[in-house]
Amino acid sequence: MDFSDINFSLLIASLIVAATPILLAALGELVAEKSGVLNLGVEGMMIFGAISGFIITIETKNPWLGFLCSSIGGMLLASIFAVVTQIFRANQVASGLALTLFGLGLSALLGQSYTGIKPVAFPDMHIPILADIPVIGIILFQHDFIVYFSIFVVFLIYYLFRNSHFGLIIKAVGENHDSAHALGYNVILIRFFTILLGGALAGLGGGYLSLVRVPQWTEGMTAGAGWIALALVVFASWQPFRLLIGAYIFGGITLLQLNLQALGLEINVALLSMSPYLVTIGVLVFMSARRNKNSLEAPKSLGKTFFGL
Amino acid sequence: MLKIEPRKNRSNFLEVSAPVIAVILTMIFGGFLFLSMGKNPFEAIKLIFWDPIMSPTFSEYSRPQLVIKAAPLILIALGLSFGFRANIWNIGAEGQYIMGALFSGSIGLALYPLDAWFIFPLMILGGIIGGIFWAMIPAILKIKFNTNEILVSLMLVYVAEQILALASVGFLRNPEGLGFPGSRDLSKYPSASNPELIANSGIHVGVICSFIAVVFLTYFLTYHRLGFQIKLIGQAPKAAKFSGVNVNYIIIFCLGLSGGLAGIAGMFELTGPAGLINIDFNVGYGFTAIIVAFLGRLHPIGILFAGLLMSLTYVGGELAQFMLSIPAAAIQVFQGMLLFFLLSTDLLVSYKVSFNLGTNNSNPKSKSE
Repeated sequence: MDFSDINFSLLIASLIVAATPILLAALGELVAEKSGVLNLGVEGMMIFGAISGFIITIETKNPWLGFLCSSIGGMLLASIFAVVTQIFRANQVASGLALTLFGLGLSALLGQSYTGIKPVAFPDMHIPILADIPVIGIILFQHDFIVYFSIFVVFLIYYLFRNSHFGLIIKAVGENHDSAHALGYNVILIRFFTILLGGALAGLGGGYLSLVRVPQWTEGMTAGAGWIALALVVFASWQPFRLLIGAYIFGGITLLQLNLQALGLEINVALLSMSPYLVTIGVLVFMSARRNKNSLEAPKSLGKTFFGL
Repeated sequence: MLKIEPRKNRSNFLEVSAPVIAVILTMIFGGFLFLSMGKNPFEAIKLIFWDPIMSPTFSEYSRPQLVIKAAPLILIALGLSFGFRANIWNIGAEGQYIMGALFSGSIGLALYPLDAWFIFPLMILGGIIGGIFWAMIPAILKIKFNTNEILVSLMLVYVAEQILALASVGFLRNPEGLGFPGSRDLSKYPSASNPELIANSGIHVGVICSFIAVVFLTYFLTYHRLGFQIKLIGQAPKAAKFSGVNVNYIIIFCLGLSGGLAGIAGMFELTGPAGLINIDFNVGYGFTAIIVAFLGRLHPIGILFAGLLMSLTYVGGELAQFMLSIPAAAIQVFQGMLLFFLLSTDLLVSYKVSFNLGTNNSNPKSKSE
């Protein structure tokens, strides 16, 4: 065992890459949950985004188009959820589960002839001057577009809920949909929007997984990433910057686990592979135990169906 | 625009017909799915829903399979339905199913090759304990720290899968298996095996257990105080609290019941149809059971029929895979679709829906969007 084999600046750089899919998916879910929608279909939207982006990239040899289609794919799946929960008023928990099962099946069906192919590489952006700074350059300024985009979305969502009128409306709908309705806001329409946005970001996260992070298509490749994204939103107490930190910590754990496996330590592979899930449980317990004392709470109407019309 | 009003009483007629409507809608949309894959939709639907029971060539194999696959689905869904009624969402039944199999398998393998009558009952007990143990983790965390049981129970599925992998290449591996992963074949170990009771019927102890569970839980839900309290918590949580229902107790009960039933299902599967513990032991019954629970309208008798129907889609799906080379994933899509239609048609049962056509609203009370 030799720890000096691990190059630390490269490690942190790849940590950011490992965290990006979960970060994107979790950001989408954050907005949806802020408007009072609990969409448990993140896993399904992610994997559907992964396969739709992958197929388009293979067929057109254009990863940019692939990323676009992965978010459209995520949005398509999200729209089913939106129709079922917002128009047919179905239970959100059950519909989310259905979305995950449906997405996993559909992606497996579509991806059958795409296993074992490598997609066109998605180029990294070398930001002039900054990229050449030793250590920091490798860590921060040699990533691809999607990594920067995900950080931009963090800022955007922070701004949305901190300073914008529209963010305030979303929060109002999420805290008390009846009052928001009485004030004249169209609850259903706003929730439709946040669900679709959530789907687009989850799909993009999935696309990043199959086009950059792995990069390959395998059935069920998200392996719980969508669920971890859901847990991250709780961990972050619905705050985008905490989400960023949480996702990067989580990316670190996943990566460390993989690196330790590669180093061939005397720790069992199965034990290492279950560590991300155990850590997630630990974090959830920690946050929920703390929340009892703090006032940080979930949106009041989270998961509740709005019936008024 | 859609106009939705709550019904005073849930419509009994629609309660029964909504799942039927959902199945028909799934057949129609599923037909389009098969058509888009270049298959004959009518032939595919017939292969999935008709031939496993009625065709003289296939039914001999399919009918027993139908019962074998329905048993674990019914057992797991029965347990889940109680929690779902009380808004306790155990979606980690797959993990509890694995742990039940691992616990019972460990007992059986530890006693190998002892020949004794008590081994099988002891293994059943082991299965129940394994499942309950795994379900108690989210239960206790929910009670103590108010941790979300959905996420914890699901995360534990991945942990259980890793333990399963660990067991099949490690501590439960067959010492005479030439180093291949997988345990000894328990179905060939007479004291631990769960054989077919009537030749070519598919009926094993687990199938009988699932029928008993349906009868017992129907009684329990209808007449027992706890059954009533569970229904009350789901429909009127505040009223339940005022009337002195102990919510923590209900959480323990619902998760324990679903964990125990999932564990026992894992045990029967291990000792019968599966035979041995291996990496690919779990095939998703724990997740499909969620669909079964909803398809059965969270009622034990409904779940009995739903389990058989869902098993039919599996068996018929295999048939369609074999005859028309329709991939297994298509069946998964089919099942997911069914769940969506079910959830959507649920609106018709508890709400009165009408369409207001035109812009002039005759009813002055109803606000337009």
